[in-house]
Amino acid sequence: MNIFSWLQLIFYMVVLIALAKPLGLYMTRVYQGEKTFLDPVLRPVEKLIYRLGGVHPDEEMNWKVYAIAMMLFNGLGLLAVYAIQRLQGFLPLNPQGFGAVSPDSSWNTAISFATNTNWQGYGGETTMSYLSQMLALTTQNFVSAATGMAILIAMIRGLVRHTAKTIGNFWVDLTRTVLYILLPLAFVLALVLVSQGVVQTFSQYKTANLLQPTSYQQAQTDASGNPVKDASGNPVMVTVQQTTQSLAVGPAASQIAIKQLGTNGGGFFNVNSAHPFENSTPLSNFLEVLSILMIPAALCYTFGKMVGDTRQGWAILAAMTIIFVVLLAGTVWAEQTPNPAITSLGVDARQTAINPGGNMEGKDVRFGVANSALWATATTAASNGSVNSMHDSNMPLGGMIPLWLLHLGEVIYGGVGSGLYGMLAFVIVAVFVAGLMVGRTPEYLGKKIEAYEMKMASLILLIPVFTALTGTAIGVMSAAGRATIFNPGPHGFTEVLYAFSSATANNGSAFAGLGANTPFYNTALGFVLFFARYWLAIPALAIGGSLALKKKVPAAGAGTLATHTPLFIFWLIAVVIIVGALGFLPALALGPIVEHLMIFH
Amino acid sequence: MRAQIRPALMLLLIFTVLTGLLYPLVVTGIAQLVFPSQANGSLISSNGQTVGSSLIGQQFDDPKYFWGRLSATGPYPYNAAASSGSNLGPTNPALLDEVKARIAALKAADPTNTQPIPVDLVTSSGSGLDPNISIAAALYQLPRVARARGLSEAAVRTLVDKYTQGRQLGFLGEPRVNVLELNLALDGIKK
Repeated sequence: MNIFSWLQLIFYMVVLIALAKPLGLYMTRVYQGEKTFLDPVLRPVEKLIYRLGGVHPDEEMNWKVYAIAMMLFNGLGLLAVYAIQRLQGFLPLNPQGFGAVSPDSSWNTAISFATNTNWQGYGGETTMSYLSQMLALTTQNFVSAATGMAILIAMIRGLVRHTAKTIGNFWVDLTRTVLYILLPLAFVLALVLVSQGVVQTFSQYKTANLLQPTSYQQAQTDASGNPVKDASGNPVMVTVQQTTQSLAVGPAASQIAIKQLGTNGGGFFNVNSAHPFENSTPLSNFLEVLSILMIPAALCYTFGKMVGDTRQGWAILAAMTIIFVVLLAGTVWAEQTPNPAITSLGVDARQTAINPGGNMEGKDVRFGVANSALWATATTAASNGSVNSMHDSNMPLGGMIPLWLLHLGEVIYGGVGSGLYGMLAFVIVAVFVAGLMVGRTPEYLGKKIEAYEMKMASLILLIPVFTALTGTAIGVMSAAGRATIFNPGPHGFTEVLYAFSSATANNGSAFAGLGANTPFYNTALGFVLFFARYWLAIPALAIGGSLALKKKVPAAGAGTLATHTPLFIFWLIAVVIIVGALGFLPALALGPIVEHLMIFH
Repeated sequence: MRAQIRPALMLLLIFTVLTGLLYPLVVTGIAQLVFPSQANGSLISSNGQTVGSSLIGQQFDDPKYFWGRLSATGPYPYNAAASSGSNLGPTNPALLDEVKARIAALKAADPTNTQPIPVDLVTSSGSGLDPNISIAAALYQLPRVARARGLSEAAVRTLVDKYTQGRQLGFLGEPRVNVLELNLALDGIKK
């Protein structure tokens, strides 16, 4: 690591933490229904939406109605995304004339975008019309993110209120999140990205004349598209002269802005934010990777503010940040380590002022190692899943740390909303275990934590272990699952483990060598995506509903564990790490750890 | 349950129009007005012909040109209509085969060059479209390009420096050379 690597990483952390308070404060105002500086423009729009939608903003919901509204809305969204993809051939704004997306891929993508995952089974520029990208995908980027944030806010209300039956109105929380938080941020970010070179156009793909024409071998096909075979049955190859380059463009910036901000992650192009038209410069890269964690980090402050004790929010943010910084340093170190198999061939992989060095396979030069490793860590800490380098080509430990961040349950900042409600489940477990140790009734923020909350929190912690590991087991034991593994040896196992972990965590990043656009993976991962999102969201709402009903315990006594002290921060870190390690260490030992030992024995 | 059906349907419709249609349209309108070049792909033109994009690399294997990163796009390298990385893992023998093939090609084009080869010149980029190489990778190729063109190394060095971008804002990203722009300049197409 040279001075510039350090500088960039430190600058990133400083900006991220510095934004937590102002943005968190603003979001508090939005969720508490207070006036904001955008009211003159947005308040009339908000009122109009309620009127058209038949929403009564003052009518609050109990947690079950809140959950039903959320599920209904997400279900309809899912159907809409499926329908738009299947019908895109008949719809406008399709300059490349793409036909319908296959049924299994459409199903996978519909679930994946409705659940805020954005697993990309498809290659954007070879599959999706502009209309599908906008109407289906961009819309879900907004509303699935807003859904996660709404659930979090409802859960927080449960902590704040006492002897109350309701935890807010889903439609109001959804609408205010989109209007006041996501749209303005995305709008500004999209335009800044365009200024850096991210494309935003409805034009068909551009064509350029190549400076040096290139030729390649291709299997010859007959009139009906079947490969031509020679006398001995081998395919006949013909040389094709390529003199032009077709440049895929499209309305990308508007989608990229929200896919970063909403921890969605589904790229406009196949290689996501490694594509120069999706992420053009180091500055666009900085803003995109900052957008991944900005809202999740700031929501910690919102949480503290809403529960009336900002120290509680800072404590959770501190726990997240400590884990993140340690793992970030690990990823950067792993990726800056040259691959000995390559350096033994006389290749210079030392980092100097003019040579990025390290493991450059799957990385673009403008980002180098530090920014690629930063992105890999941030995108898996949050449930974002966009990439600016190919995780499949990372060194074993450089791939293992992002994978393990998926296993920690996406609570290190995590997805917008879902990260913090996941972390609050860990807090409940931490408080409960600590309470058992000292023989007191566990309390959190003046609420008694009892069997019901513990059951729900345990569901949130245990379901991911079940879906990720069972899915992986089925994947590696079935012929259909093994058929599309790309890399040999333990790395191939890691590809499957990563896929099911990513789906479980609603992340969406991949060890992309795995051929996942097959009926098996599209279907299996689709189910995992669905269960892992809603089986966690509904218990989170149930905790909120149950806590809201409870009385407030009078002022904490000497036996109550304070939840804002360094002691508690480290206790919380320990609980997160222990649960994550216990669940997944054996699986990691079979994949990246073995592979690491194969290289550095 | 029934009371929630109308809001669910209507809000989905409203947000589809607002965030799926109006938002990208307005962003496109402003982008096309304020940043027309960037919004349309930062294209490079010469004599009315589009010769590439300053953000997208092209394939070069002629000794008189600087070569870029390896590209794993199919069916041919630097296919900008189907971006892709190699996804080769660090222990995959195919990765070593690609590195060895690239080293052999570089040595064949410049047998007398005994410097170690910078790592970005023998590895595939993530996008398959990387427009850049490191400064080290450009300097490694400089003697070969100068010889193939009958130019002095100093003259080529001037051009390399001209198409080198430093770290953005002084500290972001890596310093890098734009391969296509440099090669266009060598051919006298781009001044």
